[in-house]
Order: sequence, then C-alpha cells, then structure tokens
Amino acid sequence: MKKYSENHEWVELGGDIAVVGITKYAAEQLGDLVFAELPSIDSEYHAGDTVAVLESVKTASDIYTPCSGKVVAINDALEDDPELVNREPEGQGWLFKVHISDPTDQFDSLMDQSAYQSFLDQ
Amino acid sequence: MSVRTTLHDLHLDIGAKMVPFAGYDMPLQYSDGIKNEHLHCRDAAGLFDVSHMGQFTVRGTGASLALEKLLPIDINSLSSNQQIYTLLLNHDGGIRDDLIITRWHQDYFFIVVNAACKQQDIEYFRQYLPSHIGIEELDQHALLALQGPKAVTVMQRLSLEAIALTFMHGCHTSLLGADCYVTRSGYTGEDGFEISVPATGVDALARKLLDFDEVRPVGLGARDSLRLEAGLCLYGHDMDDNTTPVEAALVWAISQSRRVGGAKEGGFPGADVILGQIAQGTTRKRVGLQIEGRVPARQGTELQDPSGNIIGQVTSGGFTPSLQQPIAMAYVNTDCADVGSQLQAVIRGKSYPATVSKMPFVPQHYYRG
Repeated sequence: MKKYSENHEWVELGGDIAVVGITKYAAEQLGDLVFAELPSIDSEYHAGDTVAVLESVKTASDIYTPCSGKVVAINDALEDDPELVNREPEGQGWLFKVHISDPTDQFDSLMDQSAYQSFLDQ
Repeated sequence: MSVRTTLHDLHLDIGAKMVPFAGYDMPLQYSDGIKNEHLHCRDAAGLFDVSHMGQFTVRGTGASLALEKLLPIDINSLSSNQQIYTLLLNHDGGIRDDLIITRWHQDYFFIVVNAACKQQDIEYFRQYLPSHIGIEELDQHALLALQGPKAVTVMQRLSLEAIALTFMHGCHTSLLGADCYVTRSGYTGEDGFEISVPATGVDALARKLLDFDEVRPVGLGARDSLRLEAGLCLYGHDMDDNTTPVEAALVWAISQSRRVGGAKEGGFPGADVILGQIAQGTTRKRVGLQIEGRVPARQGTELQDPSGNIIGQVTSGGFTPSLQQPIAMAYVNTDCADVGSQLQAVIRGKSYPATVSKMPFVPQHYYRG
C-alpha cells in the first residue's frame, strides 16, 4: 500500500519497514538532481523531521520523513547516479527505508493515490 | 504582476516553466531541462530570450567625451560597430551595473544593461549626460541570444553580413525581413550572436531559429550555469554597489588609458578609489572554486581556511553540467586568493575541500577571426 504526504513524499509499507521517496510531481519540480544527502543508518526521526536534502541543478530541497522510526537503509545507488530519482522517482529512485514504530497511526494521516491526485489538482 | 516579453506565448507553446525574474515572467527552463539545455548550448546552439534586458541609445554631439566621464573606458579606441564590456560606477568605486556599449557612429551609442538595473541606469545617464544628448529607450525591441558552436552555422542561412563579424563587433542586417542589429557576443563563453530585433518581428524570427535542427530553447537556469562555467559575473550576486572592479577581478574592464600614467587617467566615478586599489591591492578578491564531491556550494556558503578561520563566502555556485562537479565564485581574503589555495566550504555543517581555481572553468570559444 502506497501513501502520499502533502510534502510530495511517498511511503510504501511492507511489514514494519517503510520505503520513502519523492513523487513524480516533486521530481519534475526539482529538475535534474546532482546530489542526494541521505540520513545515517540507525538514526531516529519523527514524522515531519528533515532527514535528507536533494540538490538539483537549480536548488536545494529538504526532504521530510512522513513516518517516525529508525533509518535501516539508504539508496546507495544515488551516490553515483542521483538522476535515478528523476528517471524512476517512485521505483528504483527511492531514498531511504525506515523501521517504523507504529504503522497504523502514522499511515492514517497520509493520502492514498486518488486523494493525492486531487491534492495536486487543487 | 510581472511584465511579459513579446515571446511569452512562444515560451508557453514550447513548454517553458516560467518564473519571476527582475520584474519579468521569464522561462526558467523548457521541456529539455536545465542540464540538457546547458549541454546542448555547449555542443550545438541555444536560443535565449533576453528581452528583459534594457536596450537604449545615446546620441548627440560630444556624446563620446561625455560618456568617458561616466565610464572607465577609452571610447575613442572603439571603431564603428565595435563594442566593449564596461561598468557603471558609484563614487566609492562600487559597481552600479555592468553593461555592453556599442559605438554605432562617432557620437551614437547602443547600450545593453541588466533588467533589474535598467530604470535606474537610464535615469543615471539622463542625470549625468548633458541635456542636449538624447537617450532613447528601445522598449519596442526584443533581444535574442543565439549561442553555441553551431550558432554561426545557423546564422549563415540568415545573414552573411552577421557571420563575417568577429567577437565584440556588430552590424545592422535584415533577418527574415526584420531590421536587426546583430553582434558577435553573448554571456555563455561560446561563440554566438545577440540580436536586437523589433518586437513585431521577434516571434517569427525565434520560431524560425527554433525550426533549425541545431537550435534548442534555453532558459534562465542554464543561462546561469553557462555563465558561471564561463567565469562571468552576475550583477547583484558576484558584484554590486559595495564591490569595486578591483575586488571583483574586473580590472581588465578598466581601459589602460584610464589607469595611472595613461593618456586619459582617471576622470570617471570612483577613479580615486579604484586606481588606488589597482596600485595597493584590496583585502578581498573574487575567485573561482572547484569543490570536491558532488554537493553544490551555493550563494552564501561560508568558506574557511585550513585552520577553520572564516575567510570568505560564495556568491554564485552550482553543479556544472559540463564538468560534472560543483564550482563556485566567491569573495575571499586576498591571502587565500592564489590559484591552488586550499579552502573548506561549509555546507549544512559539513566541510568540503575547495580549491581556488582559474576562471573560466571551461575554455572560451569566442570567434576573433
């Protein structure tokens, strides 16, 4: 199940591990990425914290985690190929994985695909 | 509400992402994206709408001498249709604006200035030039830049007069029936042309240029990364009212004859300060930086020496598409300004090694004949 935040992150839950990335819309807005500053493994964050920075040719953008928990993986492929986020923002261009503390609570406040689409259309 | 250039509809037609810039609604990028636009301009030819820039003429008996009182250049060294990069200065030697002035005839000049400064520049000329000298704003003219190694190939199909030009020279010529003034110049470091064209003819001309296979549209995003690679200053970032040409490493823009010992020494605003600084040096200087890794050091990034002392700040920075690394322009203390000096750029609390580098970062390809 994939859910979306108002900050244009997506999160996909499998068991208690959530994969986080940015949406296609966000990737298009950012433009060509040149660098992804990702969080350290084992660092803990609350939903809404700044956990990463994506640098595009034009600007730097903070990335917030949509869910609380401990970072258990980062996408190493972005080190050499940050544009993977532009090419496949909602697939191979994921950013980090979080071991989440309490799945149900956190996910309720996020949007599903159709709600996110309506949010974009507003 | 932002002002629109005549090409606004064209920009929207070809997928521009528009942003406010200097009071204008301008294309940041098109569908190719900043990186591809940048690389295309270095490889083939890019078309830029720079109609937001100010264009005006200065004409009247004695205009040459009167302009020499305002500009640190030797106007009489310019032949007809030759142009020169110069600076408007305040009395402290600070830079009010940078501009290109072209001598059309003996006492008839064509001037192009930055969009954000144009009203104040025109007022300045009105105030300080004798009243009989006429200043005419060419606000019914658009300005295009066609830049890149294939610019000349494209221009060859439109005007043989234009392709005969060498760098920093211009000519009146007809392009698709429109009376244009074309110069061999630009702000990308590439060979290319700037085309001053009546607004009534710019849409047809731009569409025609974009029809050629070599030409892609380029927005302000790539214009910025191209000029940064070329080591060219952006007014308001790499220089302003509080920086002098000496600090900005623009001494080359002060004509030899206007310097100490020259035939027309001094006599321009801020001359005492500037000539003094040329002799005695300054405490800070504009330099180029190459930064290790992939993190762009953007405007405002703090710079430290190896001991951790703050010695300067980045004024323009980004990730260069051509070299695939972060580069920047910065002001640093003069004792850290030698090429090869090792510094640290502090970005979000982390230090990244930065080396003072020669500019331009990529070779210039101006056509000098």
